[in-house]
Amino acid sequence: MSRIGVFICHCGENIAGTVDCARVAQALGELPGVVHAIDYKYMCSDPGQSLIKQAIREKHLDGVVVGACSPHMHEKTFRKAAAGAGLNPFLCEMANLREHCSWIHEDREGATEKAIGLGRFIVEKIKFNRPLLPIFIPVEHRALVIGGGIAGIQAALDIADGGHEVVLVEKEPSIGGHMSQLSETFPTLDCSQCILTPRMVEIRQHPRIKLLTYSEVESVEGYIGNFHVKIRKKARSIDDALCNGCGECQKHCPNNKIPSEFDQGLGKRTAIYVPFPQAVPNIPVIDRANCAFFKGRAKGVKKAVCGRCRDTCGRHAINFDEQDSFVTEHVGAIIVATGYQLYSVGKKQDSELLQGYGEYGYGEIPDVIDGLQFERLASASGPTGGKILRPSDQKEPKTVVFLQCIGSRDPAKGIEYCSKICCMYVAKHTMLFHHKVHDGKAIVFYMDIRAGGKGYDEFVRRAIEENHALYLRGRVSRMYRNGDTIRVHGFDTLSGEQMVIDADMVVLASAMRSQPGIASLAQKLSVSYDQHGFINEAHPKLRPVETNTAGVFVAGACQAPRDIPDSVAMASAAASKVLGLFSKELLEREPLIAHVDTARCAACFHCERVCPYGAIIRKEIKDGRGRLIKIAAEVNPGVCQGCGTCQATCPSKSVELDGFTDEQIYAAVNAI
Amino acid sequence: MKVGYFPGCSLHSTAREYEESLRAVVAALDIQLEEVHDWACCGATSAHSTNHLLSVALPARTLLQAEKQKLQRILAPCAACFNRLASARHALTQDEKIAARVQSILGSDFANSVGIVSIAELLREVTATIRQKATSPLTGLKIACYYGCLLVRPREVCSFDDAEVPNSLESIVSATGATPVKWSMALECCGGGFSLSITGSVVRLGRMILQSAIDAGAQAIVVACPMCHSNLDFRQHAMNGRNGAGKSMPIMFISELVGLSLGLDPAQLGLDRHFVSPSLLLDQIGAVKTAQNRGEGA
Repeated sequence: MSRIGVFICHCGENIAGTVDCARVAQALGELPGVVHAIDYKYMCSDPGQSLIKQAIREKHLDGVVVGACSPHMHEKTFRKAAAGAGLNPFLCEMANLREHCSWIHEDREGATEKAIGLGRFIVEKIKFNRPLLPIFIPVEHRALVIGGGIAGIQAALDIADGGHEVVLVEKEPSIGGHMSQLSETFPTLDCSQCILTPRMVEIRQHPRIKLLTYSEVESVEGYIGNFHVKIRKKARSIDDALCNGCGECQKHCPNNKIPSEFDQGLGKRTAIYVPFPQAVPNIPVIDRANCAFFKGRAKGVKKAVCGRCRDTCGRHAINFDEQDSFVTEHVGAIIVATGYQLYSVGKKQDSELLQGYGEYGYGEIPDVIDGLQFERLASASGPTGGKILRPSDQKEPKTVVFLQCIGSRDPAKGIEYCSKICCMYVAKHTMLFHHKVHDGKAIVFYMDIRAGGKGYDEFVRRAIEENHALYLRGRVSRMYRNGDTIRVHGFDTLSGEQMVIDADMVVLASAMRSQPGIASLAQKLSVSYDQHGFINEAHPKLRPVETNTAGVFVAGACQAPRDIPDSVAMASAAASKVLGLFSKELLEREPLIAHVDTARCAACFHCERVCPYGAIIRKEIKDGRGRLIKIAAEVNPGVCQGCGTCQATCPSKSVELDGFTDEQIYAAVNAI
Repeated sequence: MKVGYFPGCSLHSTAREYEESLRAVVAALDIQLEEVHDWACCGATSAHSTNHLLSVALPARTLLQAEKQKLQRILAPCAACFNRLASARHALTQDEKIAARVQSILGSDFANSVGIVSIAELLREVTATIRQKATSPLTGLKIACYYGCLLVRPREVCSFDDAEVPNSLESIVSATGATPVKWSMALECCGGGFSLSITGSVVRLGRMILQSAIDAGAQAIVVACPMCHSNLDFRQHAMNGRNGAGKSMPIMFISELVGLSLGLDPAQLGLDRHFVSPSLLLDQIGAVKTAQNRGEGA
């Protein structure tokens, strides 16, 4: 026979206002197996907890039911109290009399009856509760950071400086990300490269950071504390141990007309190339799709079509026969920091959800460019050496029209969200333009100015008041070539006038989108993402850098549009979460996980297919002499999150979820 | 292929050449047109600028007629007719209140089952046949495709083509062997029904459209709307000014251009009914001989 104690909380007037708590305690006290039942004003208070502890000791309780608020609120509190009195914490459960009863009903009589029912439900369930012990799993004190932009760089350095090893994976030939392409940064106008490149060098030189550029995550196995990550090192065709980055090969490459990705297509590069002079590592890569040697080889030409880079390399570092290779890294935590891509606003789109903006002629009119292209024009290391020259004829534009919210906040084109950074960078562009072309006129079409942030609104005011940017509140309906200029038809909603402007150049502040490969990466990591491909955080306010998979964290613009300060803050937050995880040798987990009865398991593996966390493993059952008897499902306690999907799916009822066994649930349901 | 046919007022009057060329072309392409019996005016522009219910009920009556004839879809060659019929059909599917009222006005069971196609959509479906049957491909001819306001807008109603960067006419023009030019004014307004009341504006708009086509190197403009045609063709004299400065630009219906590529007789296509004569152009493409003979024959 059980010895259960029932404790009914008034929660001030929250519960007692609608529910007769004394009557609930009395009714539950009469149930078989209940030896103690009281009500009290605030159970969660110190005296309230003491009542519980005292009763456990004095009446030798083997189960505690607290009728109070939601378990989300105070289950931990009461379980801790029960443990303090020597009771296994999993023998303490809560009946939710507040959110599920008093807050949603007005009829006192009915609510009291329902509260008794809810209490009886838990009393009957707890009779079948078993003591459970926490699970401890070992933690590998190494971290993987995916993405070598500013967020990934910051996270990697923070963890490495905290004393742990980091593997940093970057898919491009160099780290640096989008920040390395920017000219100056808002709101202080400090040069982007000048503040970024020292951090990039730090990454390269840090003894605890292993840098894998031109590499991508191939597959992820394991769970928090114990991930095994297979990484594909794409063939660079250069031996990085031999190459000293002298750059001779690039000078001799005959194929020098390839649009440079780093310059957003405004500049040219060779087929063997380093993306930009400050690249880390400063080792070139051969773009096999554009290299004459590889094109010749693909056509089946026996003689080498070209080999000038190989012939000029004094260190014999060029290796045309290199293949993709794989490494597997054992890590305890993963930070996803894959960043963003810009909405390419032309008519052709990679996603059916996006409509594109045919009316703006992007891709058709050479002088209609996007924000990143303007950054390259304004950058001292850019294709024009920092002079603002328009792409069509390399003349200095005098009238430049900037359009904000291109893609952003436009459900008709597939994106409802605000890209957050455009208001600021457009203000910055107008300033840079004014600084470089003194007699130029910058005109901005905007929907709203969203400049929330330290020094941000002041920055926009400076663009308007000191740099004389003309801000017009309204949208542009269409643009077309009109001789040398671009005719822009817009509407100024404040003056109520149609605007027709002949611009020399138009800059589109296009939306931030998630990276193209994010869905497949998220699936490898078992993390969820929203309809736009941004990684979901575990809680939008209280767990912003965790994901729904334990041990996988998120930082920067892969979670939502973010500017540099936000990305860096997030990266440091994620790094501190990782360091917190690494501060222990063993990781303690709640034992509410599934168990398979291997004797009954029919090995259909339905559970394996439905498990959202990949927690089911196939176990070989052997007899005493080591002969294989059968293969059965088994739950990996490190990965299982206790969702119960396998339990519900199992046709032979061989899976049980601790804390929610069939026995417990049936007993509870029968009590209603 | 059999398609219902809604000529509207203009194809039987001011745009006779549009109907003549259309009938000649569909016959050559094995498309049978079945005219809707007892069709009513589509209502443009008087109905929809004064009474929304009337603007839906008028086309609905025509759609009901077509339904009774068991037509699956009807061709409305005039862009305004197409737009009114398609808009009414769209309103009837979206707005239950209007649908109920129109049902009671029609006094007959109406399932709203008849689709409406524009000429651009219909001819785009048969570009392969056009290409195959083009005995006189118009190679080298540069054409500006003019859509005007009503053919591809609004987006929800005219979903057969993109509302901002349409290309249905371009794909038909390409099938004839001619080259569509890239230009800026394909979707501008021609002034429509203001031709008589605010002629000055219509001339100003037309001049802008014409100039853009000339700048883009076009030798002719192709249209799919009688109103656009008359504004650009008939008012071209006024656009060029009293002293006659400016270049004359033949305006052709898309059906006429397709007809030329199929080797049809220019007279049969009504090409001699235009104010701006396309004869120089016809000379250039070698389709001239029968056009001259029309006077003798008639």
